[in-house]
Parts: sequence; structure tokens; C-alpha cells
Amino acid sequence: MSKTRQDLTWQELEVGATLITPGNSDEYKSGDWRSIRPVVDNKKCIKCGTCYIFCPDAAIYETEEGFFEADLYYCKGCGICANECPTQAIEMIEEEE
Amino acid sequence: MGKRIGLEVSLSAAEAVKMANVDCIAAYPITPQTHIVEHLSELVNNGELDAEFIPVESEHSAMSVSAGVSAVGARAFTCTSSQGLSLMNEIVHIVASMRLPVVMILANRSMSGPISIWNDHTDVMSIRDCGWIQVFANNGQEVFDNVLFAYRVAESQNVMLPLIINIDGFILTHVIEPVEFWEKEQVEQYLPNFSPIHTLDPDKPVTMGGVGMPYVFSEAKVAQDEPLKQSKSVIITAWKELGDIVGRYYKPIETYRIEDAETLFVTQGSFGETVSLVVDALRDEGKSVGLVMDRLWRPFPFDEFREATSQAKNLIVIDRAISYGGQGGPLAIDIRSTLYKGENQPNITNFICGLAGRDVTIDDFKNIYHKAIEKVKKHPREEDFEYYGVRGK
Repeated sequence: MSKTRQDLTWQELEVGATLITPGNSDEYKSGDWRSIRPVVDNKKCIKCGTCYIFCPDAAIYETEEGFFEADLYYCKGCGICANECPTQAIEMIEEEE
Repeated sequence: MGKRIGLEVSLSAAEAVKMANVDCIAAYPITPQTHIVEHLSELVNNGELDAEFIPVESEHSAMSVSAGVSAVGARAFTCTSSQGLSLMNEIVHIVASMRLPVVMILANRSMSGPISIWNDHTDVMSIRDCGWIQVFANNGQEVFDNVLFAYRVAESQNVMLPLIINIDGFILTHVIEPVEFWEKEQVEQYLPNFSPIHTLDPDKPVTMGGVGMPYVFSEAKVAQDEPLKQSKSVIITAWKELGDIVGRYYKPIETYRIEDAETLFVTQGSFGETVSLVVDALRDEGKSVGLVMDRLWRPFPFDEFREATSQAKNLIVIDRAISYGGQGGPLAIDIRSTLYKGENQPNITNFICGLAGRDVTIDDFKNIYHKAIEKVKKHPREEDFEYYGVRGK
């Protein structure tokens, strides 16, 4: 892939800032918004996939072992997954830099 | 040479829009724009103009429809005044950022309140910074010619920006003037078909008007402002070639009897013709007076303005709009900035007059001239402008 939009000069933008390739929203790191992060306790997880279904950003993916993890590039830390988890296997941890 | 016809300026403007062979007219009626759109609806209805006429439910929709029309690669025209412009304001800015060459005639009318249907420039000045190319017209012929000029410039590959033609409400829109029409061949010679750069096409999908995150927004704005600034050369060429075809030559800054003139009036719009008569009268009295008319408002023709006023000692800037709490009218403010730190900077006096269609006669302008000469002796400050003819002031 060529330059992302973050790197383009004003001369390199399409006329009217038109987007000519689909899927550009993938580049946007919405994970930057997060102040709390989901951490899964796989001992409590029953692999039901409720968190995967409820995640409003489709930021949760299934691992090879069948557990579920959040892609922190996109996860905004909304906490819906932790709220919906039937076995309370997800805890929201403060992000500390 | 085309036929010379005595016709209301609004109707001849509509005839020019017909000659530009627009594909869609989306407009909502508002005084004093009404006759232009009414006549276009007649032309579409009786089959003289093959275009969609969309009687939208508001000006917001009028500009939204025009944006959509332009985005699919068709030629869009709309027309409004005053509050109508306010209602479409949101989309006016968006059309410019999306680089859609919509053309709009703005029949200039006061912004209420108090409620007014009459002419001044407070409407266009409220959207001065909207990113459109903006021109003013002195008379009906200029309106006609500038409609064809507008599409030629707006749709130029290096420009692709919307354009507003300002015409003074009632003072121009509702008067009958002799207007020379163009021959069909002249239009074909002057105005090529619209070739958009990007279009909304299902076979080649793009996103127009998408989100601009902070990391790209400033770049997008420069990519909008640069072509606006650079459009000046396209504008000058388009006016030159218009002259070569129909014999009427227009320039960004028009001058009248400025040779050796100590004092220059500066006007926009239909005031220009009135003041040209004032200049003649004052010259007959032995006064050293001339006139500079600003036809191109955005992009502002800095070099041309500086050149036209380089020999003048005094400028009398006539504004038909207010910048509340500011240094007078918008035109004067820009001119002070343009000439700031220049060599031999002239004394600049500023008069705000003709609000809401109040007549400003030849005698009024003579009076303004004498007032300006008196003011200059007292070294006025920048903010010492005058509301001319206001009772109690």
C-alpha cells in the first residue's frame, strides 16, 4: 500500500478530498480514544462469543484456541463486552501510561 | 453579433442560464431572486430548455440538490437572496470543499432584521469566507455575460470551484436594460462541456465529502484555497476570451478616469455606474477624481487593485454592508489590509450607504466626496468610517 492519508501533502490529496479507494476507515486508530481496556480471564471464559457479537466496533476477534480478544488498535474501551459477558470473564483495566 | 433586446435583467439572466444549457435548476423562491427562477421554470416547461426543474422545499435543499447534480457530473444552477442564502449556508461551504462547480446568482438583499426585501451586500458578506469564486456585476449585460463566464471558469480543470454572481436586488434584477444576447455558435466556442474529475458513478465508486480527521483537514483546506487563489489567471483568461468573442472585455478591477486622479472612489456592484457619472460631474468642476470598481471579490485581485490605486492620494471606499464592531465595511477592511505597508499608502475613508435599498444619488456621492476630502485633513483613524446619511449621526 502507498502512503496513508496521514502522510499525504496537500498536493497529493484528490480534488475535493475525494476518497477513491474503499476501506480507508481501517487506517484510523480508534484505540487512541481508550481510557480502560478489556482483559479476559480465559479460566472463566466459556467461549460463547457474546462479547464478539456485542462489540459495536467489531474489534473483538477469535483466537486459534477459540477464546476472544480485543484488537487494541480499534478497541475504544467502551466496556460493553465486560457488561454483557455471562460469566464476568472480562475486566476493564485502567490504561496507565 | 447577437441580438440586442430590451429585457428585465432577471429574464435575460435566465436566458443566459438557458444558453449555458444547464442540466438542473433547483431553487426556492425568494424576493428579489424570484423572476430569474420563474422564467427558468417557464423555459423548462415550454421545452426551450432541456433540464430538470426541481421546486425544492427550502434553500438548504436547493443547494443540496445542486451539490448532488454537480457530483454526478451534470451542470447545476441555483439562485437565491438574503435569508435563503442563510438557510443554505451549511451546504454552500460544503460544495466549495467538495470542489463542485455549481453556479449561483445571488440577487443581493439585506439580511434581516429589521425585515427587509431591499438591496445591499450584507447577504454575500455573511458568506464571504465560504470558498466560492465571487464576482459583482455593474449592469444587466455583465450579468448575462458572466453567467457563461461562470460555468467556463468554475468547470475549468484547474479550478473546479463553485461561483457566485452577485447582482444588486431590484436595482439590477427588476430593471429593463438593453442586453445583447450571444449567438449559439459563440456559446459553443466559449463554453466546453462539463468534464468532472470525480463523479458519483456506481461502476467506479468514490466517497465525496468524507470525514477529514485532524491529520488531513488542514491539507484539505490548503488544497481548496490554493486553486481558488490560482483561479485568478483562469478568470482573467476567460474574460479576455469572452471579449475576443463578443467584444466586451472585463477585468478583475475596472477603472474609470483614474489617470492623474488624486482621489478614487472604490465600489462594488451597481454603484459603479452611478459613481462613473459622479466622476464625470466632479471632473467638470475641475476635481481630480476617478473610480475603481471591484468586479472580482474572491479571489481578491491584490496586484490589480494595488496597481489601479498606486498613484492615488485618497481612496473613498463605498461599502454596502457592515462589519459590526469592526473597521467599517468588509470592502474597506480588505482594502486597508491590501495596501498596508505599501509605498505611498493613500488616505482611506470609508462610507457605508445604500443599506436596504436606500437611494444614494449623484448628489449624495458628491457630498461623500466633499466629506472625504474634509476627513482626510483630520487624519482619520482606521475605525473612523461613516454611516452616510443616517439621521442623528
